[in-house]
Amino acid sequence: MNDQFILPVGSFTHAEGLLKLSVHAVGGQGGGVLTNWIVALAEANGYYAQSTSVPGLAQRTGSTIYYVEMMPATETTPVLALMPAPGDVDVVVASEMMEAGRAVERGFVSAGRTTVITSTHRVYATSEKLIPGDGRADRERVLELTRASAKRTVAFDMHDFAKRSKSHVSASLFGALAGSGALPFPVESYVSVIEASGRGVAASLDAFHKAREAAQTGVDEAANAPVAKRAEVRGPEKKRAEWQRLLTRVEALPGPVAEMAKAGLRKVAEFQDERLAGDYLTTVEEAVAGDDADHMWLYSTTFAKYLANALCYDDLIRVADLKTRAARFARVRDHADPSDTALLRTTEYMHPRAEEVVGMFPAALGRKVEASPKLFAWIDRRVNKGRRYRSDGIVAFVALYMLGGLKPIRRFTLRDAQEREHREAWLSYARHLLPRDYDLAVEVLACRRLIKGYSDTHARGLSKFDLAMQGARKLEGRADAAEWLRRLRTAALSDPSDQPLRDALKTVDSFLDAG
Amino acid sequence: MAERSFAKEVQDLWIGEGETFRGEGILGITKALLECGVGYVGGYQGAPISHLMDVLADAQDILGELDVRFEANASEAAATAMLAASVHYPIRGAVAFKGPVGVNVASDALANLASGGVTGGAMLIVGEDYGEGSAIMQERSHAFAMKSQVWLLDPRPNLVSMTKAVRDGFELSEATNTPVILELRIRACHVHGTFEARDNQRPPLSVREALSAPRRDPSRLALPPFAYAHEHEKVESRWPRAIEHIMDNGLNERMGPKNAKIGVVVQGGLYNTLNRALERLELADAYGNSDVEIYCLNVTYPLAEPEFLRFCEGKDAVLVVEEGQPNYIEQALGGMLHRSDLPTRAYGKGYLPMAGEYQAPVMLEGLRGFLADHAPDMLSPALRAPNRSETEVPEIADAVPARPPGFCTGCPERPIFAGMKLIDEEIGPHQIACDIGCHLFSVLPPFDLGGTTMGFGLGPASNAAFDGGGERRAISVMGDGGFWHNGLASSVGNAVFNKSDNVIVIVDNYYAAATGGQDIPSSRSKNPTKQTGNSIEGAVRGIGVNWVRTIDRTYDVAKVRDTLREALTTDAEGPKVIIASSECMLNRQRRERPEKARAIAEGRRVLRPKFGVDEDVCTGDHACMRLSGCPSLTLKELDDPLRDDPVASIDESCVGCGNCGEVADAAVLCPSFYQADVIENPGRWEAARDRMTRRIIVWLQNRRAAKRLMFEEVAA
Repeated sequence: MNDQFILPVGSFTHAEGLLKLSVHAVGGQGGGVLTNWIVALAEANGYYAQSTSVPGLAQRTGSTIYYVEMMPATETTPVLALMPAPGDVDVVVASEMMEAGRAVERGFVSAGRTTVITSTHRVYATSEKLIPGDGRADRERVLELTRASAKRTVAFDMHDFAKRSKSHVSASLFGALAGSGALPFPVESYVSVIEASGRGVAASLDAFHKAREAAQTGVDEAANAPVAKRAEVRGPEKKRAEWQRLLTRVEALPGPVAEMAKAGLRKVAEFQDERLAGDYLTTVEEAVAGDDADHMWLYSTTFAKYLANALCYDDLIRVADLKTRAARFARVRDHADPSDTALLRTTEYMHPRAEEVVGMFPAALGRKVEASPKLFAWIDRRVNKGRRYRSDGIVAFVALYMLGGLKPIRRFTLRDAQEREHREAWLSYARHLLPRDYDLAVEVLACRRLIKGYSDTHARGLSKFDLAMQGARKLEGRADAAEWLRRLRTAALSDPSDQPLRDALKTVDSFLDAG
Repeated sequence: MAERSFAKEVQDLWIGEGETFRGEGILGITKALLECGVGYVGGYQGAPISHLMDVLADAQDILGELDVRFEANASEAAATAMLAASVHYPIRGAVAFKGPVGVNVASDALANLASGGVTGGAMLIVGEDYGEGSAIMQERSHAFAMKSQVWLLDPRPNLVSMTKAVRDGFELSEATNTPVILELRIRACHVHGTFEARDNQRPPLSVREALSAPRRDPSRLALPPFAYAHEHEKVESRWPRAIEHIMDNGLNERMGPKNAKIGVVVQGGLYNTLNRALERLELADAYGNSDVEIYCLNVTYPLAEPEFLRFCEGKDAVLVVEEGQPNYIEQALGGMLHRSDLPTRAYGKGYLPMAGEYQAPVMLEGLRGFLADHAPDMLSPALRAPNRSETEVPEIADAVPARPPGFCTGCPERPIFAGMKLIDEEIGPHQIACDIGCHLFSVLPPFDLGGTTMGFGLGPASNAAFDGGGERRAISVMGDGGFWHNGLASSVGNAVFNKSDNVIVIVDNYYAAATGGQDIPSSRSKNPTKQTGNSIEGAVRGIGVNWVRTIDRTYDVAKVRDTLREALTTDAEGPKVIIASSECMLNRQRRERPEKARAIAEGRRVLRPKFGVDEDVCTGDHACMRLSGCPSLTLKELDDPLRDDPVASIDESCVGCGNCGEVADAAVLCPSFYQADVIENPGRWEAARDRMTRRIIVWLQNRRAAKRLMFEEVAA
């Protein structure tokens, strides 16, 4: 395609009134419905219209293109093309941001000519979802490139508009198309087309008009932004007073640290109580004492972030507590959206193993059980199976509720002891590095990000963390140590297996050997 | 029951003389068949021709009224064999199927049909699926047309030309006693356009009437010694008659100025792309008025030599625009010029690429190159030597993730491959052979399972070399569509006879799902004109398989995994067959959604399941997505500075199939998945109990909240 023949701008023979429009959608988004509407719209306005598509298997969640050409009808039937050509499209309609990007990539968007109507929401591709870290494509960059490539761009979250009208994105795209004025047809005829389609007309028209107005007036991006929220604290007066004291201490921290520590403090208090939150804050304050403004408090900010995450490990108590809270019940209700008269049942999918159960044992006993593979396996046979709990039912709720109430014994459990050891080793290594290599200390703290998930995934995360720490030790003393540790972490997050990380470690070894 | 219903559109098939037909290409073709007095129609679904089968299935009323027999054939071979009815009887018949591969499957019947020839017009409508969106590359039906001496029509892609080609095709077939292939490219099948309708015709002799007066003529049998005579008849009688008929009736078209120095020969199906390229070179307008003379081949086989040579008279050079390779047409035309004493040279490949779809930029570049060399004065200086340096397209390819097609939301096949992936992780990787069908998406991420796909119903057969066994058994996958098409004999029978030690997974989703949900013999739906509900298990046991396990709910990932483990480790001899059955979710939703809406409106109790993820519990490791790939299981960014990575989230498209929860359980992922069942119109006792339970729960929650610090999100 690089070698393609590109005509100089202005050299086309434009047939009188010939309009070329392509619709780029994800299979299942209703691109076909939209195309039919556009054809009906053109025909209702005395145009000759031709549409084509390549459905086939692309319908199944893959990218699909529909193509429409239209021109004022005359005695003679025109010869119209069946596929869009690069540099020769007047209107590009995209139902998702990356599909607009794909249209740009294929050359269908020309600066001197093309109006782009695109929804800015994302339907993530499988490749983006599989990455253990953050594999999402850069939406802002694609939007920016789309704007830069087009003559005119109408872009906002049309999916959100459709959802709020309980309709489909095709309706809001049609509305944005009407509002853009890219086609020479009156609004009334768009409306008649929707009315003639016969299904979900009221919802479609609602989404249509809202999107049309948004396209005409220029959307306030805030229209799509979620409502700003703040946390309100409740509980016994004494505890709230204690919380206020903690907050005052947080406010005294340097700006960036304070913001992070505030979130951390809440997380820790929710995980355990205000006492542990106080301990957390003391540790953060110590980190700040060793830090300085020259580095923008990066060390202590990172410290505040990952210490909070490390303190709040996922044990049975935490999961049970989270699942039985009123706020969680409200969130489930919001998600399932039952009508006023409907009932809501919630079934939890759980699969505890011996590791989780033994983790709840008192530390000394737990270690003994762990040391006896036979006993451990016996326990595993008793507990290791998939369990479905009806958390809206009284029996399962009370069981989870009681489990969630075991916070006071948490600090005596085997799991807590294990977590504490691991945490201390990690933090003391970072503290050790701080005076020697500030950046490396920050990176060591950030490697905590590698530990996440449950069971096997968690174990893999831990082993990745260990590998990264080994790498850090090897790199100590080098000027580029922090940079290399960052690369190791990126490699570890790019793939579920530890292969990319091991490959990166080999590279480290090779230059260490050579050096 | 097909994915798309044409019940409304088929009403357009009733219109007659003086009315204008408006609609999709496929529907127009169906209308043309009725106008031609066809006596029987049939075929086998497959893109891009599936919709033609769906239209016919939905048009039972009108077909019945006109006394036209419709058969949903078992395969392309069966469809082509059905055209045997036109051998002795003057009845027009048409069958439709996918060109690539379908013609291969049909070739046995095609060769025999072509040998004896036909009395009534016999037409194969073949969908060519060449470029964008194509599941399988076309190998060109052209080769089969030449091999068997069948005439090939490739009309211009508009409804007027396509419906005319149906009429022309039947007439050509009858005038030459030869079956014809009508080739339609994928976009032509789906093009929306209009044509002036004619009245539908009843077949002069119906198949029903023919049965009352059977006819036979041994000389039409494709058997020696008659077959030797057919071989001569084909080239000595039928071929010349065909060329004569093509020229007498002007089936090919000459357009543009006469006696120009150059010309273009084009396959009819590519005409619109050619005209647009000429338009962009300022040599044509939007109505097909062109400065370049065009010889448009609406019949691409056989080629009418005298007509072509007349076109070349006075020309220095012609460009042959022919998609695909080998370049049969260019070679043939070159030969004609070589035999003649004309000085004209024919060009083709070279200016145009050997392979691939001739999309707009390819056509433009090829044409410009040809004109620049052979008629430079026709191009403006800017077009003759364009400035190539301008790059209009920004570097964006790396920013846009690829989006191949995949399993739909709630697809029952996803858990089968999740189970297979788990067993691979447990006991090591397996040799896996795939088949044609939706399940072939298993080769893509996140599953990455399977390495070959040899043909429809041939998955298990393609593992035959491994039938003797080894350290680990080989696994093959085949769909229910492939099973009934070819798989029962070619794959399962083959495995039984050869004492295969391998594992065969038959994915039974109740339909030919990949092609749009047509009914097949094992479909569960009630179909008034078909016998459905035929057992796959009964068939495999009947053919001699002794080890069969049926999974009647594929979403049970643990059961899939355990059944696979059993099949891979059992001591039982012979092939191990697992039938994994659950209804295609697309079709199920289409069936259930209106039913549920009606039930809710009528006040009946209805349960609506939906899944969710507890974002507090989810750590954002995405392990669930690596075992699922469900479109509704997606990413969500939390407004939390402590989080680096987006968490899992289930969007509003969730159909509550349960796969994500089952996977989380079977693979021991995490406890963040929950199932939220909404019960509309609950019973009184049920509602009362729910109120009571909720009161207790709220009391307990308040009790705890009073003792602890609790944080609540409120609007700022």
